[in-house]
Amino acid sequence: MTIQSIDLMALAPTLVVALGALVALIAELVTRRGQVAVGVGLVTVAVAVPFAVAASGEQTLCSGVDSACSYVVTPLSVALQVIVLVSTAVVLLMASADIADRRVPGGEFVFLMLCSVSGAVLIPATNDLVTLIVALEVVSLPTFALVALRQGESRAAEAALKAFIFSIASVAVSLYGIALLYGTTGAVSFDQLAAAAQASDPTPLATAGLVMLLAVVAFKIAAIPFHGWAPDTYQGATVPVAAYLSVVSKAAGFSALLLITGTFAAWSEMWAPVVAVLAGVTMLGGNLVALRQRLAVRLLAWSSIAQAGYIVVPLAAVAGSVAWGPDVANAVVGYLVAYAAMNLGAFAVVAVVARRTGIVEWGDYRGLARRSPGLAVALAFFLASLAGLPPGLIGLLVKVRVLVVPVESGVWWLAAVMAVATVIGLAYYLAWAAQLFRQPDVDERPVTAEQATGSWTAVVSVAACLALTVAFSVAPSLALGLVDRF
Amino acid sequence: MTSNWLLPALLVVPLMAAGILLVAGRRAERWATWFGVGVQSVGLLLTLGALAEFKRGSAGSMQLVVEAEWIPELLVDFRLGVDGISLPLVALTSLLGWCAAVYTVRRVPEPGRARAFVGLLLLLQVGMLGTFMALDLILFFLFFEVVLAPMWFLIAFWGSGERRRAANTFILYTVLGSVVMLVGFLLVIVKTGSADMVELAGGLGEQMSGGAQLAAALLILGGLAVKTPMWPFHTWLPDAHTSAPTVGSVLLAGVLLKMGTYGMVRIVVPTLPDAMVRIAPYLAAFAVIGILYGAMASYGQQDLKRVIAFSSVGHMGFVLLGISTLSVVGINAALFGNIAHGVITGLLFFVVGGIKERTGTTAFASLPRGLYASAPRLGFLLGFAAVASLGLPGLAGFWGEFLALVGAYHPAVPEHLYYRAMLVLAAVGMVLAAAYFLRVLRRVGQGPGSEKTMDDVAADEWLSWTPLIALTVVLGLVPVLVFEVTDPAVRMVVESVAGALP
Repeated sequence: MTIQSIDLMALAPTLVVALGALVALIAELVTRRGQVAVGVGLVTVAVAVPFAVAASGEQTLCSGVDSACSYVVTPLSVALQVIVLVSTAVVLLMASADIADRRVPGGEFVFLMLCSVSGAVLIPATNDLVTLIVALEVVSLPTFALVALRQGESRAAEAALKAFIFSIASVAVSLYGIALLYGTTGAVSFDQLAAAAQASDPTPLATAGLVMLLAVVAFKIAAIPFHGWAPDTYQGATVPVAAYLSVVSKAAGFSALLLITGTFAAWSEMWAPVVAVLAGVTMLGGNLVALRQRLAVRLLAWSSIAQAGYIVVPLAAVAGSVAWGPDVANAVVGYLVAYAAMNLGAFAVVAVVARRTGIVEWGDYRGLARRSPGLAVALAFFLASLAGLPPGLIGLLVKVRVLVVPVESGVWWLAAVMAVATVIGLAYYLAWAAQLFRQPDVDERPVTAEQATGSWTAVVSVAACLALTVAFSVAPSLALGLVDRF
Repeated sequence: MTSNWLLPALLVVPLMAAGILLVAGRRAERWATWFGVGVQSVGLLLTLGALAEFKRGSAGSMQLVVEAEWIPELLVDFRLGVDGISLPLVALTSLLGWCAAVYTVRRVPEPGRARAFVGLLLLLQVGMLGTFMALDLILFFLFFEVVLAPMWFLIAFWGSGERRRAANTFILYTVLGSVVMLVGFLLVIVKTGSADMVELAGGLGEQMSGGAQLAAALLILGGLAVKTPMWPFHTWLPDAHTSAPTVGSVLLAGVLLKMGTYGMVRIVVPTLPDAMVRIAPYLAAFAVIGILYGAMASYGQQDLKRVIAFSSVGHMGFVLLGISTLSVVGINAALFGNIAHGVITGLLFFVVGGIKERTGTTAFASLPRGLYASAPRLGFLLGFAAVASLGLPGLAGFWGEFLALVGAYHPAVPEHLYYRAMLVLAAVGMVLAAAYFLRVLRRVGQGPGSEKTMDDVAADEWLSWTPLIALTVVLGLVPVLVFEVTDPAVRMVVESVAGALP
């Protein structure tokens, strides 16, 4: 038995984030100012990004016996890590306003968030099932506390409990799945599992194992029918936490899905139809239910369920001449990048509006263009992007990009479902966007000075998302070719 | 090649102008409409520059081409150019945009907000011009989509009646259509590995297998048919027209509908000739049903705007019939019909908008009779546009329809007898069209009106309508102005089909 040598540089992104979490907690204890913790969080992210980029191509945590490594950094994983880290920075900016006026304890908030992020940064580079499931749990567990961390809101505790129970159930199912896979193949390392998948067709037991393993992913990305927790949890949590769950936590789920499907690429005939059904039901269901939502956050919750359906379309359409490969993965990542920017942007505007005016129903956004034209134009642009309607070009182009895959592989029904889902989605995004530009009601709510202050950092988060979404729309290769850059 | 900046400038100028209006804030309300006229005038000058630079001798090939790599991941290049097929439509778009801007100066529809209104018109202009200049399938699709949001806002915010519902119907129908079209495009791109429209038309598309061609052609035609609109996909059109503000109706009928038939001639016919030859007879049938249906439905309408909307279905039927013959005459007729319909129906909607502004309604039941007496010039223009629309020889509307019938007499597709039957039915439709417009004129124009009780055509209306009136006459008398540009390009298109004919 040899002692594992650990390449700290390869693991640096995760370690930096974990360290940052501790520093943030201590910094707030010492200074008694929550904003300091936010600052530490932002610095942590800024430091972690270059480490992540530099680690491309490295591997570590290798076993001396069969030289299987548990941590392998590929360009794909770097791209996913960068998405997670940058999104986290935006969420921290969004949350800093709540922290500034002590609605949320800053130190704990940043600590919990960075703990969760350390898992999300770990996932894309994991290379065996055990590390993967541990990392997924590292992402999930702090989020329950984050959801509950909303003072004076009884719904928050309920929301946290709901997410917790769904999570526990899905993890239990997945662990059972892993056990079955280990039992049939004798391996947990992705390399060995891939080799085993290459060598033989899936046995019924292995099929059951793989499908059960996908349950935890479906929970994380809130795919129907594993979505039940998402709307209530988003609503119960503060808006920044909801944004975190809908982007960073989901990105962790997509990373896991890419890893699992990539490992079992040889069995795509077995898992692709399962993913396809999930994708189809998720796109249609998410959009249909979103049509009936009145609360802005719940509408975004259902919208992000539907968007998750679009994101997995390339994986769902792996069939025939199209095999799992960089092309498919790039399509997923391209959509994910665009989704992160436009969805975080929408949440950021909702957060600012809720703080300034107390408005929570999208119907009450009427006349926002008159009161705060910048916010209204930004939100309209994010909604257009989510809908895939110009001027939100990037939203349209990533939809085109994922649609290429089912057309190429001839999974026509999926292309048709996506087309219908897109049209349904258009209806509610447009209705909301239109509301912004209508003449305001006569009895306009007065904005109190206290409410209006302290949100400039949140406005910065809106501006950052807007800048990214516009940049992606002008130069779509930034998003669609992200993986090739590392 | 020093004039390559012309086409990008045609897109960049209105786009930048819209951006300026966006950031200018509320102060801009006062000068927005004049600013719109200025921008559209610049656009018109740029178009005149493009017309001057365009070499008529080689109208069959792409000119003023600009290329830049844009999204290699999707095989999309930013590639613009014009040839004899697209140039007339670019000119028509610039002209109608200018007319709309001039009209808007004194007549921003309720509830005002001139800055947003003008900004949306400029964005619309970008999408319309881009569609006609794009030489890349995905780029074409993007511009095709760009027009949707501005038009939706124009109808939903400045429209009348059930405007919100009409706007939603418009956008949901057309988006469903364009997604279907997109799937067809992607199929072509996946099978051929190219999104370059010139390359695809030049023989690359023909290399696709018969089945793939047929599938792609049906998908693309299906999507374009919604926009055209081809019977039975026209149901969004009457509501949209009835609810839209005047300039919205003008641009919708004058330009947006053309994007559908343009796409057929530009993309489907030359890229997928084998499939097109198989589909053409069915297309002819749909076209003729549209002609007859449009005529009969128009007769039954109780609203002036709806009459014109259904008449558009009929006119577009003639354009489709021309395309379906796959012959030089027929496709030339289709392109001419596009332009003529844009000019004449644009004028019709302007005049009807003028009537609505004065009387507050377009419903026959509440419209006062006797327009000839109460506002003689406005009455004359309504009559002029109406007879031009029903195809009176000597005016622009005649050539497109007449030559479509000639094309159907000598179709390039072998089913001669079938096409002649279609010809007869279409001719019946032409006669029926006369009936509904004469009914309109009798109902609105004639009757006991009191002398000069209504404000007649104002100076700014004359200014914005005169180009359309003049073109209606000029194109009717000298149709060769258009044909000399379209014909070489059409011959190229027909040549690419020739190999697919049995």
